Amino acid sequence: MNFDFSDDQKQLRDQARKFLAEKCSPKAVRVVLDGKAPYDKELWKGLAEMGFLGVAIPEEFGGAGAGHLELCVIAEEMGRANAPVPFSSTVYLAAEALLIAGSDAQKKRWLPAIASGEAIGTLALFEGKGNPAPKNVKLTAANGVLNGVKKPVADGAIADFAVVAARTGSSGRDNDISLFLVDLKAGGVEVKNLTNLDPTRGQAEMTFKDCKAEPLGAAGEGWSILTEVLDRAAVLCAFEQVGGADRALEMGRDYALDRIAFGRQIGSFQAVKHMLADMYVSATLARSNSYYGAWALSTNAAELSEAAAAARISATQAFQHCAKNNIQVHGGMGFTWEFDCHMYYRRANAMALGLGSMSYWEDQLIDRMRKKNAA
Amino acid sequence: MNFDDTPQEAEFRATARAWIAANAPKQYEEELRKSSLGRTVLKNANILDVAKAWQKKKADAGWACLHWPKEYGGRGSSPIERVIWSQEEGPFGQLSRMFIIGHGMCGPTMMAFAREEHKRTYLPPLASGEKVWCQLFSEPAGGSDVAGLRTRAEKDGDDWIVNGQKIWTSGAHYSDYGILLTRTDPTVPKHKGLTMFFLDMKSPGVEVRPIKQASGASDFNEVYFTNVRIPGHQRLGEVGDGWNVSLTTLMNERSAIGAAVSTGFPELFEYCSSLMLDDGPAIEDRAVRSKLANWAVKASGLKYTSMRAISALSKGERPGPENSIGKLVAGSMIQDVATYALDLQGASGVISGEDAELAGRFQAMLLRAPGTRVEGGTDEIMRNIIAERVLGLPGDIRVDKDVPFNKIPTKGRG
Repeated sequence: MNFDFSDDQKQLRDQARKFLAEKCSPKAVRVVLDGKAPYDKELWKGLAEMGFLGVAIPEEFGGAGAGHLELCVIAEEMGRANAPVPFSSTVYLAAEALLIAGSDAQKKRWLPAIASGEAIGTLALFEGKGNPAPKNVKLTAANGVLNGVKKPVADGAIADFAVVAARTGSSGRDNDISLFLVDLKAGGVEVKNLTNLDPTRGQAEMTFKDCKAEPLGAAGEGWSILTEVLDRAAVLCAFEQVGGADRALEMGRDYALDRIAFGRQIGSFQAVKHMLADMYVSATLARSNSYYGAWALSTNAAELSEAAAAARISATQAFQHCAKNNIQVHGGMGFTWEFDCHMYYRRANAMALGLGSMSYWEDQLIDRMRKKNAA
Repeated sequence: MNFDDTPQEAEFRATARAWIAANAPKQYEEELRKSSLGRTVLKNANILDVAKAWQKKKADAGWACLHWPKEYGGRGSSPIERVIWSQEEGPFGQLSRMFIIGHGMCGPTMMAFAREEHKRTYLPPLASGEKVWCQLFSEPAGGSDVAGLRTRAEKDGDDWIVNGQKIWTSGAHYSDYGILLTRTDPTVPKHKGLTMFFLDMKSPGVEVRPIKQASGASDFNEVYFTNVRIPGHQRLGEVGDGWNVSLTTLMNERSAIGAAVSTGFPELFEYCSSLMLDDGPAIEDRAVRSKLANWAVKASGLKYTSMRAISALSKGERPGPENSIGKLVAGSMIQDVATYALDLQGASGVISGEDAELAGRFQAMLLRAPGTRVEGGTDEIMRNIIAERVLGLPGDIRVDKDVPFNKIPTKGRG
C-alpha cells in the first residue's frame, strides 16, 4: 500500500507553495479584496506560465498532461494561499466539463486557451435558492438559443465562456437537462456583479436573452455529466479547503505562540491548546478523506461518487472549523479588517456553498453509501 | 497513490488468509462479528479459553506476535505484515483483546529492559497466550498524572519489598505476571524517583479485587501490595530510571496502529438502513441522514488516516504522536453514536440486555463508551499530546516538576 503522493508530486507541491508565497502574498490578495481589481491578472498569467492551469489537461490540448493527483497538490496550495483567481471555476468546473463531454472541436477551441491563461471559464448552474437538482433548472434551451437567469455564477463577470445547464424537456426526469457551451464575448448575455461573502472570488448574475449556444455532450445527458463534474470538483475543492484549513490552523498556532496574556503565551492555556488540537483533528480527517477522493479521481474508480461526497463534507467542515477558531484564537484582533483571518473565514464560508450546500452533499453521501451496500 | 499490495505483501496475505481459513474457530465467527464495544459475548463458551486456544494455535504455526523476534516467540515480520495479518484475521482478532496489554506493552518493555535469560523464559509463553500479563501503572492518586504514583519499593538485601495500591488494572484477575512501576525514592522530584519491575502475580501479598464498572462488567481491578517481595534481578532498567522505562511502554501502546478503532458507525448505519420510524424508513429521514453523514466522514477520515499511517510505516517511518487522533475522535464518537441509536428507539431504548433491540448492542456500547475516553489517556491528555508534540505549543505548567515528591501537597482519594 502506498496511500500517499509520490515524491514528484510532493516536489510539485513545494514548487507551487514557493511560487505562491512569492506571487500571492496576503498583500496581493488584498488588492482584489479591496475591490481594486476583479482578480489577480499577474498571478493568473504566472500560473499559466508555470503550467499549473493545464496540469490535468492532456498535452494534445495544450496542457501538461500530468494528471489529477498533480492538480490536487496544486489545488491545496491555491487554498493555502487564498489565491484571488478564477481557478476553481475555470480549472475544476469548466475544464472538467469539457474533458468529460466536449467534442474534439470544443476541446481544441477552449482547453489550450485555459491552459495558456487566455480563457476564463465557469459553470452556470444555480438559479437562486436551492441545491443542485434538475427541477431547479428553469433556464430553457430551444432552437439553439438560451433564455433565463443564472445566479450566482462564480467568476461570471470575468469569464470568457460558460458551461450552462438548461432545460430541454418536460418529462420531469433527469434527462430533461442538457448542457450548452456559451461564448460570453459573443453577446446575448447580460452580466451583473453581485456582492458576495468572499470578494476575492466574484459572483455574478447572468441573464441569457436569445443567447446563441452550442450543445456540450449529448442532449438529455446534462444531469449525469453535471453530477460527474460536481463530483470531480468536490474532490479538487476539498484540497483547496484542506490547504485553507491548514493555513488557518498555522496562523492560529503562530499567534498562540506569539501573543502574551496574563504573563504567559496564550498557547500555554489548555483551553487554547485544545481548541488548536481540535482544529488539527478536523484538518487531518479532511485531508485523509480528500486523499481517498484523489485516489478515486485519479483512477476513475467506481468509489468516486462516494469518496467525493465524503471529501466535500469533511473538508467543508474542517475549513469552516479552522477558519472560525483561528479568529477566536486571535481574539479582538481576529475580526479586524487588518488581520488576514477574515479572508480565510470568508473563503471557507463561500466555498461551503459553491458546489451545493452541506445538506445536498449529506444527501448524496447517504444515497451513495446505500447504493454501495445494496450492491 | 494506491492501495495495492506489493507482490511480497500479496504472497504473505494469501498465505495468512489460507491458514486462517483452515484454522480459525469458525463456530464463533458470527458472534464475534456482531459484537460491539462493550458486548463481546460467546453464549456457549468462556471467551478467555477460546482466546487462549486460538492464540496457542497461532503460536504453534508461527503466527503469534508477528513483529516480535523469532527467538522470543514471534515471527520477525515487518510492520506492514502485521497490519495485513490483522486485516485478514478480521473478527477473530477480537479474541486477542485479552492479550493486548501483554503483547502491546509488557512484551516490548521486557524486550527493551529485561535480561536475556528472562526474555527467553518469559516472552514465548506470553506470545503464545499461555501466560497473560498486565500493566500496573495507574493509582488512585495518579491517573493521567502517572508519575504521581505512591506505591513504594524498598530495598531489602538483594530483594525489594513493595507496598501500595494500583487501580484500573485491565485483566489483573486472570494475569500471571505484571510490570510494575514503583516509587523507590520519595525525596527527589516525582519523575526521578521511580523504578520498574516485573513480578509474578501469584506472589504472596498480591491481592486483586475486581472493580464493577458502570456497565456492570468487571474488566478492571484494584491490586493491593502488602509486603510483596520481588527479587532484584526482576528490575527493569536502572533504579530511579522507571519513568524512562515506562515511556517505552507507553510509546509501544501507540504503535499498535492498523488495528481498527471502534467508532460504532458501521453498526449505526446498518441499524438505520433497516429501522422503520413512525414516518417511514429511518434512512429516508432528513435529520437521520444528516447525522449519519457527519459520522460517516469521521469514520472514513479515521480509516484513511490509518491507511496513511500504514503507508508511512511501510516506508520505514515510525508512527508519531499524530496517531493520537484515532482514540480521541473514536472515543467521543462511539458515545454519541450509541446515544443516538437509543434515541431512535424511543422510550424502549431504556431497555438493555437480551430483551432490548438487537440484544442490547447499543445499550452496552453506551455504558462502555465513557471508558474509551479515559483509558490509555483521557481526551484531554490526547489533546495535550497533539497540541504539544504535533503543533509545538508550550507544555502545561507543572508546579510539582522540581519539587521533591514527599514535599508535594496532596489531597483527594488515596
